[in-house]
Amino acid sequence: MTMQTNSEDLQRQSLSGLFWATCRREYLLSFRRKSDLVNPLIFFLMVATLFPLGVSPEPGFLAQLAPGVVWVAALLSTLLSMDALFRSDYEDGSLEQLLLSPQPLFLVVLAKVLAHWSVTGLALTVMAPLLGLMLFLPAEGMPGLMLSLLLGTPTLSLVGAIGAALTVGLRKGGVLISLLVLPLYIPVLIFGSSAVQAAVTGLPLGGYLALLGALLALALGLAPLAISAALRISMSS
Amino acid sequence: MSFNSFSEFMAMGGHGLYVWLSYGLGLAVILINVILPRLQRNRLLAEQKRRLRREEGVR
Amino acid sequence: MAEKKWMPRWFYQLASPRWCYQITGKLLPGFAVAALLLLAGGSIWALMFAPADYQQGNSFRIIYLHVPSAILAQSAYMLMAVAGAIGLIWKMKVADMVLKSAAPIGASMAVLALATGAIWGKPTWGSWWVWDARLTSMLILFFLYLGVMALNSAIENESTAAQASAVLSLVGVVNIPIIKYSVEWWNTLHQPATFKLTEKPAMPAEMWVPLLVMVIGFYCLFAVSLMMRLRNEIIWRERRTGWVRELLIKQ
Repeated sequence: MTMQTNSEDLQRQSLSGLFWATCRREYLLSFRRKSDLVNPLIFFLMVATLFPLGVSPEPGFLAQLAPGVVWVAALLSTLLSMDALFRSDYEDGSLEQLLLSPQPLFLVVLAKVLAHWSVTGLALTVMAPLLGLMLFLPAEGMPGLMLSLLLGTPTLSLVGAIGAALTVGLRKGGVLISLLVLPLYIPVLIFGSSAVQAAVTGLPLGGYLALLGALLALALGLAPLAISAALRISMSS
Repeated sequence: MSFNSFSEFMAMGGHGLYVWLSYGLGLAVILINVILPRLQRNRLLAEQKRRLRREEGVR
Repeated sequence: MAEKKWMPRWFYQLASPRWCYQITGKLLPGFAVAALLLLAGGSIWALMFAPADYQQGNSFRIIYLHVPSAILAQSAYMLMAVAGAIGLIWKMKVADMVLKSAAPIGASMAVLALATGAIWGKPTWGSWWVWDARLTSMLILFFLYLGVMALNSAIENESTAAQASAVLSLVGVVNIPIIKYSVEWWNTLHQPATFKLTEKPAMPAEMWVPLLVMVIGFYCLFAVSLMMRLRNEIIWRERRTGWVRELLIKQ
């Protein structure tokens, strides 16, 4: 009896240990390759710069565009960073070891994606007010912008990781990921930018954030399954 | 019959362009869906027969 | 082994490409004739005998292409996902081939639905494209098809390609209701209630009967095209086997 509880305890400990170990490894690796960290953020900034240049620098007009532009820019830069998620692990063979190891793949994958999100999606969220300022987003919209990005970008990372896992073995994976994943991003984009618009006009945000949260919960539950299945398939050939 | 004459039928009450464009496209899509697999089949069979002859010939 | 009893025999026979090739060969002519008769009869009925709409006039006749192709585009995606699930669970080669064959047909139906929707939009709304919820969802469905097709052609190994597209189409199927809901919701947020393309207060029988004929005709056409593509795929993948060799020699 005591033996059993002990082993269960041990297992639980080792599961959370596994989770954190994977996270730590991801952080270490990503801080060693700083360009992978910074590039999506620079891209985010550049896309936002293009809009005033391409459309009009007029503040009122830009303020109207701002929620959508910031969200589209965040979506594209998340997408840009997805390609690197499994690629280096694939190239140095550690992905194959991961699949062969007895640890539950669901958890490892989840840890990888969440670690990846915290260096891209979270960074984008923190940087978003700067873009909001550049695009004359009213100050009332800022909390809505940050909250919606905080809830929406993890979903983007989880769904994007499915695309990354499906294309990991391919040489020209980059463009293909966008083809596969962009249509799936549409609900997040719609609810995210609507949340910002609601915040700007002073309407209650709760409903939008709840919807984004529901999408996140769904993605948290299902995406790791799809990602692990996709990884197994990609590595089987 | 909803139309009295052929020219009336073609005109579709002023909407002729839209109706006939749609049905033309519909016909094109239907034909593509039947003809492409047919052509593919002919090509595939010819290819495989050639391969078979080559391999049998070598033997 | 006892598990096997749960499934009917034809399910296991379907797993054999050879059996599948033979049975589709027998079914094909019947479906082809049915598709031809239904589509020809339905079009003539739709173009000449169905009454014009009291509001939209004769442009209403586009519905007889628009609705069947839209229905079929959605059903084809469902079929793809079901075939993908069967292929993943039972490792059935024929299911993989069905998935691969259904994608281009579904995509062509989505294109037809979009094009006829746009053409219909011109006399109805006054512009070729309106961000109507249904049209937008159909556009996204078309993108999903393109994704599956792109993935399938990008992976060289056939079984890997089939499994990867199966996973993608399953992910797509989970997402389709979410996308549909979000697009509908976005649409009501941005546009006041517009004149809907296909919402009619109780269509009279002389209008919906030809529509039903066209829908069934499109399904038959889909079956014909699917079986043709499937048979090609079977020959291609089984080209090294004895029975395909015999088949080639016989011809």
